[in-house]
Amino acid sequence: MDEAVRSAALPTLRLLTCGSVDDGKSTLIGRLLYEKRLIFHDQLAALERDSKKFGTTEDDIDFALLVDGLEAEREQGITIDVAYRYFATPARSFIVADTPGHEQYTRNMATGASNADLAIVLVDARKGLLTQTHRHSIIVSLLGVRHVVLAVNKIDLVEYDEKVFRDIVYDYRKFAEPLGFSTLFAVPISARYGDNVSSKSRRTDWFEGTHLLDYLEQIEVDEDRRAAPFRLPVQWVNRPHLDFRGIAGTIPSGRVRTGQSVVVANSGRLSTVAKIFVADQEVESAEAGDAVTLTLADELDIARGDVLSHPDSRPEVADQFTAHVIWMSAEPLLPGRSYLLKIGARTTPASVTELKHRIDVNNFDKLAAKRLDLNEVGFCNVATTMPVAYDAYADNRETGAFILIDRQTNETAAAGMIAHGLRRATNVHRHGLTVTRAAHADQKHQRPAILWFTGLSGAGKSTIANLVESKLHERGHHTALLDGDNVRHGLNKDLGFTAADRVENIRRVGEVAKLMTDVGLIVLCSFISPFRAERRLVRDLAGEGEFMEIFVEAPIETVIARDPKGLYKRALAGEIKNFTGVDQAYEEPEAAEMVLNSAQETADALAERIIDELERRGCIARL
Amino acid sequence: MQNSLPAHLKSLEAESIYIIREVVAELRNPVMLYSIGKDSSVMLHVAMKAFHPAKPPFPLLHVDTTWKFREMIAFRDETARRLDLNLIVHTNEDGLQRGISPIASGSQVHTQVMKTEALRQALERGGYDAAFGGARRDEEKSRAKERIFSHRSAAHAWDPRNQRPELWRLFNTRVREGESMRVFPLSNWTELDVWEYIRAENIPVVPLYFSKPRPVVKRSGALIMVDDERLPLEPGEEPRMARVRFRTLGCYPLTGAIESDAETLDDIIAEMRAATHSERQGRLIDTDEAGSMEKKKREGYF
Ligand SMILES: Nc1nc2c(ncn2[C@@H]2O[C@H](COP(=O)(O)OP(=O)(O)O)[C@@H](O)[C@H]2O)c(=O)[nH]1
Repeated sequence: MDEAVRSAALPTLRLLTCGSVDDGKSTLIGRLLYEKRLIFHDQLAALERDSKKFGTTEDDIDFALLVDGLEAEREQGITIDVAYRYFATPARSFIVADTPGHEQYTRNMATGASNADLAIVLVDARKGLLTQTHRHSIIVSLLGVRHVVLAVNKIDLVEYDEKVFRDIVYDYRKFAEPLGFSTLFAVPISARYGDNVSSKSRRTDWFEGTHLLDYLEQIEVDEDRRAAPFRLPVQWVNRPHLDFRGIAGTIPSGRVRTGQSVVVANSGRLSTVAKIFVADQEVESAEAGDAVTLTLADELDIARGDVLSHPDSRPEVADQFTAHVIWMSAEPLLPGRSYLLKIGARTTPASVTELKHRIDVNNFDKLAAKRLDLNEVGFCNVATTMPVAYDAYADNRETGAFILIDRQTNETAAAGMIAHGLRRATNVHRHGLTVTRAAHADQKHQRPAILWFTGLSGAGKSTIANLVESKLHERGHHTALLDGDNVRHGLNKDLGFTAADRVENIRRVGEVAKLMTDVGLIVLCSFISPFRAERRLVRDLAGEGEFMEIFVEAPIETVIARDPKGLYKRALAGEIKNFTGVDQAYEEPEAAEMVLNSAQETADALAERIIDELERRGCIARL
Repeated sequence: MQNSLPAHLKSLEAESIYIIREVVAELRNPVMLYSIGKDSSVMLHVAMKAFHPAKPPFPLLHVDTTWKFREMIAFRDETARRLDLNLIVHTNEDGLQRGISPIASGSQVHTQVMKTEALRQALERGGYDAAFGGARRDEEKSRAKERIFSHRSAAHAWDPRNQRPELWRLFNTRVREGESMRVFPLSNWTELDVWEYIRAENIPVVPLYFSKPRPVVKRSGALIMVDDERLPLEPGEEPRMARVRFRTLGCYPLTGAIESDAETLDDIIAEMRAATHSERQGRLIDTDEAGSMEKKKREGYF
């Protein structure tokens, strides 16, 4: 590896190799590593052993075996996943993503392409352009790769014929015209024998271009992310102590310097950059690619998922946009279903509201579609529960990309590339004639529940319920809160506090809560509800698993001491009759879903516990 | 010095910082596997930077088989002290009691019980849902296809056919109760990158990486250092002093030394550039089938 002395100037080149099965991808990568003497002796020995066991070349070493990794696929003789290779020459370091060519592996190719700056498209000189060549080029273009090398391989098998090469190049240029590549370099090679791989071949003296490796060493691929508008998705807020509040993240584009003003995309709040750290060094300015920690002049409310920019070139903020999606899950994409969308450091529930068309990746045709299956590409409208900050993918590959995550299985269901934003009015939700319970809930990206807070007056039920509601609201959830104050003045103003009236009071509240869960709400009910039987009644009304009895526990002495409304004093003095805990019994729950002790933990901590429990039950998404 | 870092090292460092921060932001209870070697040293150094001026908000975990080189253990304790970090050391006590050792039980059983099982115990005991490891993709073929965020079932198993695609930098970190993530922030580093970074950043490493005369015996083609009196000598076997160093560090009876005169980082880097043997060659646990690492990983080896 004596040539692996790297110059500091040129950034690492991330490239992707694509081609149909047996076009010679693996052989080419193996050959590059071999010629650069990057294969070690022991690997070479293993390779010779393996070539005898699995190889397809009769006599010499099968380079493909060096790069086909996992056992299972080695036995089948195919590459099934993305493998990464590393090599370096004096001029540059390279990271090569090697992905398979079969149609069913579109998702792997998209994965490899998402981080690549350049793609090598391999074509077998004997076969010319194939359907796969078109498909790979289209995927590469969709993923925003701007530089392409067309490697016409196995040129040895066509007697190094110039015309064969020229014809393929001509066809490819014509095909690739609409794909928006900014550079396209064509080279005739033999991966097996090394022609034009890392030195110019004398057998193709009609070819005036340079050899493949030389081209890769020279090419400038940095689209100048530094010149693009400044963005900083907030990854982590670093608070080692009260005097330091660092906003940590990696800059995807642009530059930032101290003293410059910045704005938080979602809230529109402004501040000025006070300090910048790149890793642990304090600096005056930082740029795309740097992992930074910023401090601001003002105490702004900033959290993970926010995006900082300059005030005069802000990202878009919207909760509806159009996007290309590549479907990666065996479960089909169904419009209306709720997924989690991750963009930058923000995760939010989202759904595809409309699938506009499917794209045939073999020719870019638009096809009508009701769903997307594994490896299919579609163009659709996406709605998120919270507005998100983004740029069009064409302008910024980092702030314009998202993934969709299946909420049941946690698998990555899709890769998405944002085209442009939509105003609400342009996307009225369409649905069938009857709107089901599930449809209501799906639209709200939550599962309905009745959170029934029970306990003595003054135990803290309402305080906790209010906190829970505001936390849910912040996260974009839909809630309703029922308590004595809003129910007794209206719905139940005809009822008093006798045992019979108390039962009727709770029955009505239960019915209302039930109706609200039918339309998908998370309903918080805060009532003393002293009797087990009436709480049971509401439990039975509620949908399966939707009732959560939350016992807010506090010793009677404590609530008498707290007595926030002065009621205990009056009850003890006999001014109020039928007062729970004084002259009427409170029947403690026997099997409450949660027991909260308000004398031992803060209301906020207890509210957080309820949020955790809702996440655990899958009522709301864990963010 | 930050400013003098070459472009490719700076971008590797930034990528690793991003990964480490993402884990801390999204997972509940992460831990950093600290194996004392050069990769762990780099990973820890990067983690210190990621949270500066705060400390990394997770503990370090060392799975101690009790057969590590003595210099490794001294270095480990010194590092935790110097950086003032919480270091958890776990040994499979049950395995110890059963008398498992690389000598009595052979490398396979020893690795299975004292490393793979011990790691599982430690992760379960700590209730960790994410564990950082210093593995690099250039180390070995099956690693080349492993994700940066590698999902593990509740039984700690890796399913190579069912890995989540990793697009852009949008890592899907979601795990269910009992499941976990193994996270490899140095995935895209090469061995040479690691040494160049250690030199550029002046990171302390275990002295065993540098050549000096050490007592060794030759066994099945590998040079084994006689680190303490537990290594039984075969009849007629006589330790000799040789100028050796190590490219990787593990349990001393299972780690082959290489003959070398490289006494400084510059020497090591120069030697690496001229090297003709891959790094894992020194590790006896890999010398069986090419697919051996993959098999071990499916069972929960890191
Ligand atoms: N004659 C000749 N054979 C080649 C060339 N490149 C690859 N091959 C052979 O084509 C077959 C498929 O190659 P492989 O690299 O496995 O293809 P992959 O499926 O694209 O990775 C192997 O038998 C190679 O030896 C070439 O340039 N010339």
